[in-house]
Amino acid sequence: MAQNGSHGHPTHGVYYAVFGALVIGTLLTWGVAFVDLGIFNPIVALAIACTKATLVILFFMHVRYSSKLTMITVAAGFFWLMLLISLSLSDYLTRTLTLGQ
Amino acid sequence: MSHSQTTTTEHHPALAHQFDSLEQQKDASMLGMWAFLLTEIMMFGGLFAAYLIYRLRYYEAFVAGSTSIAVTLGAVNTLVLIGSSLTMALAVSAAQRGAQKVLRGFIVATMLLGLVFLGIKAVEYHEKYVEHHIPGGVFGKFGPTDIEKDLQEKDHKTPEAAAQIARQTEIFFCFYFAMTGLHAFHMLIGFGLMTWLLWLSRGNRFGPDYYTPVELGGLYWHFVDIVWIFLFPLLYLISRTQGAH
Amino acid sequence: MSTAITAVQPQVMPAKHYLNDNYGIRSWLLTKDHKRIAVLYLISITFFFFIGGLFAAMIRLELLTPAGDLFQSDTYNKLFTMHGINMIFFFLIPSVPAVLGNFVLPIMVGAKDLAFPKINLMSWYLYIGGALFSLATMVSGGVDTGWTFYTPLSSGFVRTHVILMAVGILIVGFSSIFTGLNFIVTVHRMRCPGMTWGRLPLFVWSNYAASLIMVLGTPVLAITLILLALERGFHIGIFDPALGGDPVLFQHMFWFYSHPAVYIMILPGMGVISEIITCFSRKRVFGYFFVAFSSIAIAVFGFVVWAHHMFVAGVSVYSAMVFSLLSFAVAIPSAVKVFNWTATMYKGEVSFETPMLYAIGFIGLFTIGGLTGLFLAALGTDVHIHDTYFVIAHFHYVMVGGMVMAYIGGLHFWWPKMTGRTYPEGWAKLAALITFIGFNLTFFPQFILGYLGMPRRYHSYPEEFQVLNVLSSAGASVLAVGFILPLIYLLWSMRYGEVAGPNPWKATGLEWETSSPPPTHNFEMTPVVTTEPYAYGDEEGTVVP
Repeated sequence: MAQNGSHGHPTHGVYYAVFGALVIGTLLTWGVAFVDLGIFNPIVALAIACTKATLVILFFMHVRYSSKLTMITVAAGFFWLMLLISLSLSDYLTRTLTLGQ
Repeated sequence: MSHSQTTTTEHHPALAHQFDSLEQQKDASMLGMWAFLLTEIMMFGGLFAAYLIYRLRYYEAFVAGSTSIAVTLGAVNTLVLIGSSLTMALAVSAAQRGAQKVLRGFIVATMLLGLVFLGIKAVEYHEKYVEHHIPGGVFGKFGPTDIEKDLQEKDHKTPEAAAQIARQTEIFFCFYFAMTGLHAFHMLIGFGLMTWLLWLSRGNRFGPDYYTPVELGGLYWHFVDIVWIFLFPLLYLISRTQGAH
Repeated sequence: MSTAITAVQPQVMPAKHYLNDNYGIRSWLLTKDHKRIAVLYLISITFFFFIGGLFAAMIRLELLTPAGDLFQSDTYNKLFTMHGINMIFFFLIPSVPAVLGNFVLPIMVGAKDLAFPKINLMSWYLYIGGALFSLATMVSGGVDTGWTFYTPLSSGFVRTHVILMAVGILIVGFSSIFTGLNFIVTVHRMRCPGMTWGRLPLFVWSNYAASLIMVLGTPVLAITLILLALERGFHIGIFDPALGGDPVLFQHMFWFYSHPAVYIMILPGMGVISEIITCFSRKRVFGYFFVAFSSIAIAVFGFVVWAHHMFVAGVSVYSAMVFSLLSFAVAIPSAVKVFNWTATMYKGEVSFETPMLYAIGFIGLFTIGGLTGLFLAALGTDVHIHDTYFVIAHFHYVMVGGMVMAYIGGLHFWWPKMTGRTYPEGWAKLAALITFIGFNLTFFPQFILGYLGMPRRYHSYPEEFQVLNVLSSAGASVLAVGFILPLIYLLWSMRYGEVAGPNPWKATGLEWETSSPPPTHNFEMTPVVTTEPYAYGDEEGTVVP
């Protein structure tokens, strides 16, 4: 049906594998939360969340099999979110900074 | 650049007049849905940004608040939503194959799992209500006295510090309710979409050459799942090793 | 080469076109035709333009005298707030995209309609929904927080209908989002054969860039307004310092949208100017790719400068430095456009029809407005002129001297296409001149007032500022005439104007190859594009370097 490389679909096997990975990721992040890793707790939690989100995006949402435009669109969304977060934080994190004083 | 096939005389009943081919229509619809999801990313994103800033500012209060919400229920809900994403993906696959009964079955399964999610959410919200953790006018009156007590007894904070941190947990609960509330609202819209898909599928109209609405519904549902994938650690797992009950 | 604006032989209206294809109120209120939706928007936003203008008139009346003697200060606060809200959200943001863009963009790319016609119609209904909330707010006493809704004033202290207005803005925001979404998908997926990205009219590039901003920025406004409403309704303390909240956070979230919003407003206007300048210079645009990419650059850079509205609000000085630097950078792509337009005119066969008058006015006034923005972007000077009339003059130069001129110029440029008739050129030129004079008389004194220290949003001021204020108010009355005249003669022309024919300006672009007014489905046959854009001065359409 579609020839231009978009909307191919993964097999059901891939879906179940991704589901399994997502379940494991959830259990992992739940369990690791009860282990004290100091500063790494939030980092690990976010890393697992990002990985799970990526799996959903690539496989459940078919982005892996979609056009470049779709991939750029998804990337743009998260990039813009990063702009909002990082530039806002740059204000709050430098409020008490005293460089060169 | 799209190639318009102006010579084709096929006129699929689902082809809208402004498009030249079903393929162009599907490409356009998918791009449109992704553009819409971009707006959702930015809307939730605004909330996430505000949450991050307050988490940095009132870290202890956020820890205390996070510890007081039911992590087991949250984890179960995460698994439920992931399951609903699987059923949704399988629904799209069924639509593409033209397997009408399987399609309808998976859509119903998705909705059922969604209902379970909302049911568990209701239990959680009720718990917060009972514990007087709901932000707003009454928060100051009844106060999170259980949190305040835990801060004094288990974390050995001074009464003044405990009172202040307990007061600050109101901001945490603001975000808890705002983020999960906005998410739940989107799930309700998702139910509406699923119902509409069920209705659309009644004429056995979905098949290999046309199943776009199901795919679009799938994109929306997966997005709502992704929001929760981030909400779970950010709200429930801030730090389960400090100030643990 | 003839530069006559009207064809030598009398033109005839096409028998069937989008206006007479179907009659009755239902055929308009339930239309899916992008051209009819554009007309619906035209009527709606014109109404709100004059509402906003009424508020402006009241402001300028009050400021004739130093004492606050015409209105109480609370009432005055409502005047400038409702002026700002109505002008920005209900006129400027939809103006070029929803009226001119909706009408012309699908035709320019060779499509039969936008990608999602029903969503286009819904977008208009969302506009009307938001507009009703705005009217309800006005009727129930208005809002007095300033269009910027700064907390904790708006979230905890005022007794006016903030939530009502916020809901209205939320709804109209979604109208904007859906317009942008429609444009993005149309440009990507509905271009006719031969219409590559490099052959798109610059008007399309500009609206595409503005649409990116609409889609990426407006949702943040939505969530900000929701949080504001929650705070105001339930006193949850997100933005109220007394409850542990941060008012600066509101400003960060608010300006994250509201700064790119000004680019939503100006970019489509710049697109109009590109079309007009090239047509009335009979010369292809100088540096097409630079102008096209500058639109995208403005859209992207526009998102990283928002805190220049917050230099004195309490942000960290290091963050302020970064935003200041980025604000200087965002001026560069705009400057590229101005240089390229000027270079387009250089050695062209320039003629001064009404659209061109507005376009030339735009270039001068926008440049002044843009340059004065740099004074505000510099940290040191901003401390002095922030929240003064200098800021007001700056943004009115870019928004009115720039954007409104572009909108009116574009309206005149495409009026023959939309209605099939031309307007009386003499009256139009007179109105353009009156507008230009009135505008400068109104707003140039405000630069001086601001520099001398007159604060904004005050209904009284020291005596020594009166002369300049009187000049400004006098200018405002002239400007009002300049705006009312087109309303009269454009309406007149719909009945009595000379029939225009398909291409009265002898312009390039697909919209001029179909009849005036166009048929409902835009083209009799799907066009196929083989020439580069703006192939002026070369009848065969081969590329002229």
